[in-house]
Amino acid sequence: MPSTAQYLMLSGTLFAVGLVGVIVRRNMITVLMCIELMLNAVNINLVAFSHHLGNLDGQVFAVFVICIAAGEAAVGLAIIIQLYRLRSTINVDEVRTLNG
Amino acid sequence: MDQLTSQMHLLVFILIGTLAVASSILVVAMRNPVHSALFLLLTFLCVAVLFVLRSAEFVAAVQVLVYAGGIMVLFLFVVMLINYRHLPEERVTSPVWLGGIGVGLAIFILLFALVRPGVYHDQSPDAVKRLTTVKETYLAPHPSDPDKLVRRTREVANRNAEAVGMALYNEYLVPFEVASLFLLVAMVGAIVIGKRELSADEEESTPQFIMDRAETEKDVKEAMSA
Repeated sequence: MPSTAQYLMLSGTLFAVGLVGVIVRRNMITVLMCIELMLNAVNINLVAFSHHLGNLDGQVFAVFVICIAAGEAAVGLAIIIQLYRLRSTINVDEVRTLNG
Repeated sequence: MDQLTSQMHLLVFILIGTLAVASSILVVAMRNPVHSALFLLLTFLCVAVLFVLRSAEFVAAVQVLVYAGGIMVLFLFVVMLINYRHLPEERVTSPVWLGGIGVGLAIFILLFALVRPGVYHDQSPDAVKRLTTVKETYLAPHPSDPDKLVRRTREVANRNAEAVGMALYNEYLVPFEVASLFLLVAMVGAIVIGKRELSADEEESTPQFIMDRAETEKDVKEAMSA
């Protein structure tokens, strides 16, 4: 039986990989994918603690997190499409009009 | 739980966990977003298996349906709409990639320092039972009077989905409804943001424009003949 600590380590690894992706990649679609990866790592944490404590609340929260992730992906991808139409780029570093 | 099943669980966890971490690294490393999306799909499926190992069958099913089914299709459609090949060839990583990897390593070390193995040993023995059993009411014949029925409750095992459903619709009813409202707002927002502004040529070919013009022409003709 894998222990809770092993699950937490796995989720920490996935979170770190997702964070590196968000900072390092320039393609906006990949950045959004990495955000999904981080949310998934959080879900692993919630489910692991739900199992550890014998409490269903963690699983319910995981369902809510999945729901929020779906909405976030839909709106984010719509923004990316609109940005591509306006600027013909999805490069994070080139969209810096608000940067002053 | 007997020893062999426990060993099997650990083996599956190690295999699937390694696969999940490897494919998540490939998500970040792949140049083509389609490849990234497919490796992300593999990661999601691995995570669903890990959920099943933690007796969260309902969350695993939702993970496969929503993430692997819905969100991945959305990502792949957007990758197709963007037409990645028309974008200029350039470096995949941002200039701060070294700093990014440094921050990632720092977070990684921090999370590993927080999670010391052995701290979470005292897991409650009936934890799994509490996650998967539900109380069910049923009607049973009265012990003394055979014409009457009495209400009794019994515990039914292996019903994770039902248990999560009971929690969602009792304790978490208000957040559940707010989540549905959130999804509605997100849907409307995605449609409004993603909608294309029509150019002047295209506007003339919309049904609304044609009908409006026909009506105007009719009005003009009536005014002329009067």
